[in-house]
Amino acid sequence: MPFENISEFIAMGGHGLYVWLSYAIAAVVIGYNLISPRMAKKQLYKEHQRKLRREQS
Amino acid sequence: MWQLFVRWFHKWSSPKWFYEMSKPWSFWLGWAALLITTTAIIWGLGFAPVERLQGNSYRIIFIHVPSAFLSEAIYVTIAIAGAIGLIWRIKLAYYVAKICVPLGMSMAFLALATGAIWGKPTWGHWWVWDMRITSMLILLLLYIGLWALHNAMERPESGDRAAAILALVGVVNIPVIKFSVNLVTTLHQPATLKFTEKAPMHISMLIPLLLSILGFYLAFLALMLVRSRIEILRRERKAKWVQQEIEQLGNR
Amino acid sequence: MIKLVQHTLQRELTLAYRRRADLLNPLFFFVLVVSLFPMGITTDLDKLTEMSGGVLWVCALLASLLSLDLMFRNDFEDGSLEQMLLSSAPPQVIVLCKIFCHWLVTGVPLTLLSPLLSIMLALPGHALPVLMASLLLGTFSLSLIGSIGAALTVGLRKGGLLLTILIMPVLVPVLIFGTSTVQAIVLGLAWPGYLAFLGAFTAGAFALAPWLTVAALKVSVCD
Repeated sequence: MPFENISEFIAMGGHGLYVWLSYAIAAVVIGYNLISPRMAKKQLYKEHQRKLRREQS
Repeated sequence: MWQLFVRWFHKWSSPKWFYEMSKPWSFWLGWAALLITTTAIIWGLGFAPVERLQGNSYRIIFIHVPSAFLSEAIYVTIAIAGAIGLIWRIKLAYYVAKICVPLGMSMAFLALATGAIWGKPTWGHWWVWDMRITSMLILLLLYIGLWALHNAMERPESGDRAAAILALVGVVNIPVIKFSVNLVTTLHQPATLKFTEKAPMHISMLIPLLLSILGFYLAFLALMLVRSRIEILRRERKAKWVQQEIEQLGNR
Repeated sequence: MIKLVQHTLQRELTLAYRRRADLLNPLFFFVLVVSLFPMGITTDLDKLTEMSGGVLWVCALLASLLSLDLMFRNDFEDGSLEQMLLSSAPPQVIVLCKIFCHWLVTGVPLTLLSPLLSIMLALPGHALPVLMASLLLGTFSLSLIGSIGAALTVGLRKGGLLLTILIMPVLVPVLIFGTSTVQAIVLGLAWPGYLAFLGAFTAGAFALAPWLTVAALKVSVCD
């Protein structure tokens, strides 16, 4: 085991800032890629509803 | 054998068939990717041993290398899909090529950003004009070009074909770019960065790295299927079955 | 075939002569930007010598990128491009003629202008022929590759900036081979290898670019 306790794990032997910063960026980028399809689906549905309403009126 | 392949190819190139068949695939691939990547990252962050020269900062490798690999693989995917679209006029190939652009762009960005952060503790600089970094930067610029071209075209069909041609130009150029960048970086700099070359890795670091690469690839495949399905819905919205599908999106 | 080439070249050059004011712009741009560098960075001649090759090359690239947008635009707007693609003549040959003319009216004048600017940047005299040779080759491959970008963006109203974004990353090898050639001779290293790489790149572009340009023109014109 490279780390004895949780604070050592967070400090990463002095490189904590670099390691956690890059993992945070990765989380943001991957998170965006996971969320954006869902947003696109919602957008499609909204546009479809709008079109239906326009056709009815 | 060939006949079988052609039939399989035609089946998969029909948007409706693809839409139906890819659903279970993206589901299972997605969960497998999540499982494998999470395992790899927990392993890499918490349990892999400390590297002798770089200390703990080397743990960035578990996202840096997979994203760098993936960004190059995605560009080749785009070029192949674009070529298929241009040669056999298959709409689905164009859709795949189009939705791969933002995926590849984000991976190239991630590789550059993590590389820069890793460079600070290792080399003492955020940015070094190293061969790999420079080629990755150019790859990101190529992605930006593709994305801008898609956005600029008024009709999505012409955007598809234009971007396919551009992707072909780019993919022919990638080896030349790498070669030339290698030339300029070795001309100007003494070889101080030699230790960035692949040192023989210990197995306890290699396994989480390979797992992470596998997980990233699977995640890419899953996301590609999901996004292609949405692109099908968006582009084929005049078809009746597509309108029914969109109708059902609201129920979920 | 020879007749076709002759006619196209004649037509292109006549058209270029009629809009000669447009053709001067890249040259002015080249002179202006090159003379900005010493003012912006350093007036120390030794340092200038070191970077002169790179500065001249980057500025020449930017200057000829400026004029790329005009390669097909006029023909696209008056409809003669469509005629060219529909005619029985091989469009690749016509495109190649247009590329050649573009090089003749931008790349060659830029090269001819470069000795003057190289004096301002204190480039050593023995490096001058090599600089000019590399610029001649390099601007030709730039015209070749740039024609693909020009063909892709010809249908767009504001294609100029987009064209630059599309073509820049692909041109990186040209820039590197070119500046390496000049830098090698300035530093007293062996330069013919770099020039050979540039020649090989140009030859590759010469073989592939006309086909890709025609494909791109078909996308822009037919849609």
